[in-house]
Amino acid sequence: MFFRMIRGAFARQKMKMLMIALTIALGASLATAMLNVMMDVGDKVNQELKAYGANITVVPKSRSVLDDLYEMEGSETDQGSYLREDELGKIKTIFWAFNIVDFTPFIDTQVSLPSGSEAKIVGTWFNHHMELPTGETLDTGIQNLRSWWTITSGEWLDETAQKSADVCMVGEVLAQNEGISAGDSIHVKTAAGEKDLTVAGIYNAGGDEDNQIFAPLDTVQALSGTDGKLTSIEVSALTTPDNDLARKAAKEGPESLSISQYETWYCTAYVSSICFQIQEVITDSVANPVRQVADSEGAIMEKTELLMVLITLLSLLGSALGITNLVTASVMERSQEIGLLKAVGATDGRISALILSEVMITGVIGAVIGYFAGFGFAQIIGQTVFGSSIDMKPMVIPIVIALVLAVTLLGSIPAIRMLLRLRPTEVLHGR
Amino acid sequence: MSVLEIKNVSKIYGDLHALDNVSLSVEEGEWVAIMGPSGSGKSTLMNIIGCMDKATSGQVILDGRDIAKESQKKLTAIRRDKIGLIFQQFHLVNYLTAVENVMVSQYYHSIPDEKEALEALDRVGLRERAHHLPSQLSGGEQQRVCIARALINYPQIVLADEPTGNLDEANENIVLDIFKQLHKEGTTLIVVTHDPEVGEVAQRTITLEYGKIVRDVKNATFQET
Repeated sequence: MFFRMIRGAFARQKMKMLMIALTIALGASLATAMLNVMMDVGDKVNQELKAYGANITVVPKSRSVLDDLYEMEGSETDQGSYLREDELGKIKTIFWAFNIVDFTPFIDTQVSLPSGSEAKIVGTWFNHHMELPTGETLDTGIQNLRSWWTITSGEWLDETAQKSADVCMVGEVLAQNEGISAGDSIHVKTAAGEKDLTVAGIYNAGGDEDNQIFAPLDTVQALSGTDGKLTSIEVSALTTPDNDLARKAAKEGPESLSISQYETWYCTAYVSSICFQIQEVITDSVANPVRQVADSEGAIMEKTELLMVLITLLSLLGSALGITNLVTASVMERSQEIGLLKAVGATDGRISALILSEVMITGVIGAVIGYFAGFGFAQIIGQTVFGSSIDMKPMVIPIVIALVLAVTLLGSIPAIRMLLRLRPTEVLHGR
Repeated sequence: MSVLEIKNVSKIYGDLHALDNVSLSVEEGEWVAIMGPSGSGKSTLMNIIGCMDKATSGQVILDGRDIAKESQKKLTAIRRDKIGLIFQQFHLVNYLTAVENVMVSQYYHSIPDEKEALEALDRVGLRERAHHLPSQLSGGEQQRVCIARALINYPQIVLADEPTGNLDEANENIVLDIFKQLHKEGTTLIVVTHDPEVGEVAQRTITLEYGKIVRDVKNATFQET
C-alpha cells in the first residue's frame, strides 16, 4: 500500500517531482563538479604553479651550515664542498619520485672577461635529456625552471645541438655593460682554464642573474676544475599544503614526531618530507624549501579549495531553499489528502515517512542526474581552466549522496513541521 | 448500553461558545441525526465525538473511557480503531482507485486486504467500479466509496458529516438505504445534517442551536426495517 501511495503521488505530481529532482540535481551537479575539481585541483594548480620555478634547493651540508651561521644565502664562503653529479638521478628514486617535476644542477665560478672585469658564470642544464636509474627518461633544465626569463635577442641555448659546450647565454645587464650581442664570441678565463664561448642569446631574468653568464654544466665544471661536482640543485616538486604536522616536522625536525605521525608525514607530499627524502639520497646535502614559493603555493591552494567549498555550500544552500519551497508547496497542495490520512488514523510519523520517502526518492533521482551532469561540468572546468580532464574521484560519490540526503532532509523540515501542525478538522471541513 | 456519553461538554473559541454545556448519550446500534442551522455547533460536536478536536471542558466517554483529556496521539489511535468517518466532500485520495482508497483505511489500521476491501465495496454496490479512479466516479459513487472506507475496520460508531449534502436525490436515497442497512446490522450511526429529510429517517433527532441542545426526540416516523 505504501508503494502504491508513493507511485500514485509520483504519477499525480509529475511536474512538481520533476522540479524537486531538478533542484536537487542542480545542487548535486555543482557539488560533484566542485568536489571533483577540488580533489584534482591540487595537482592541476601545482602544475600551473611550477611556472614560478623551483620550490626546493639542495646545497652541500657544510655550505648550508655556513649560510645559516652568516645568514648569507648562496655565499661563497665554502667553495670546498660540493654535491655529486652522479647522484642526481637518485632524486627520481625517492618515495615521492612522481611528484618531482623538474630538477636542475648548478655549478658556478668567477670568470675574467676580456674587458678585465669579472662575472659569475653558472653551469647548468638547459634542456637536458636524462636516463634515470629507474629506466625512465626525463627532459629537464632551466628552460622549465626559468620559464619567466625573456630572451631579448638570440635564442635559448640548445644542449642537443652540436658544439653546445662552446655556447653560453648572457644576462641583459652584463651584455649591455660589456657590449655583448647574441652571436658574439666571448673569451672567459679562470684559474683552471680558459675558453671562447659563443653567445646563443641574451636574457632578461629581472634580477641578479642579469649580471651572470649561463653555460652548460660540463663547460663550467671544466673551467672551474670541478668535474662531477655541483654547488646546488634546484628541484620543482608537486607538494601538499603544510598543515600543523608538516609545520611541526619542519620546525622541530622529523625526530620530534611519534611513529604514526612520522609515517603520516613521510607518506604525504609535504615539501618538508620531500626535502627530507632528497637528503636521504644525496650525500651530505641539505634540501630546503624555497619558502616564498612553497608558502605561495600552499596559500593559493588553500584559497582555491576554500572558494570551491564555499561555492559547493552555497549551491547546496540554494538547493535546500528550493526544496523547502517546492515540498512546502506540495504539502499545502495536498493538505486535504494529508488531513484525510490523519482522519483515518495515520500518525504524524507515518505521514512524515510517506512525504519524506517521496522526496528522498526524488532526491536520489536528482542526485544521479546531478552527479553525471556535475562530472560533465568538472570536465568543462578542467578543459577551460587547466587544459586537461578532471579524474573521476570515487570518494565524491558517497560525499554527494550524504550531502544530497542532508540537504533534502533539511529542505523538507519546514514542510514536515507544517504537516505536523495540520489538523484534519481544518482541512476536511474548511473550518 | 451507551456507546457514547457526553457530559457537560463545552467548546469555546475566544468569546464564542461553539458548544455550551452539551450532554447526550448514544446507545449501541442507535441511529442519531444531529441537526441545526449553520453555526449551531453540529460540526464541532462531530469533531469532538470523532476525536479530531478536544472539548474545552466536560467529559466525552466513548466505550466506557473518557477521551476528553487524551493526547493527540491517543485520540488518533481511538479514531482509527473505533470511528468511521464519512464526509460531505468524500475526500478520496484522487490518485488511488476506489478499492485502494478503502485499503488506505485498512493500511493505517492494520493490514491492507484487497479481498476484504472489495467486499466492502460490494456492500455499497460498487464492486464493478472498484478499480476506477475517483475522477471516473459520480458524486454518489464517490460517497459510497467513502462509506465503504468508513466501514472497512468495523468501527463502533460511524460518523457522517452532511453525507448527502453534495448528492442529487437519487444518490441521496441510495446512501440513506445503505444507512438503513447499516442500522439493521447494528451499526451505531451519528449523522450530522441540516437536511430535514435525512433527519427524519433517523431513529432519533437532536437539534442544536447556538451550541445548545434545544430538542432531542425519537422520530415517530422511524421505521425499523
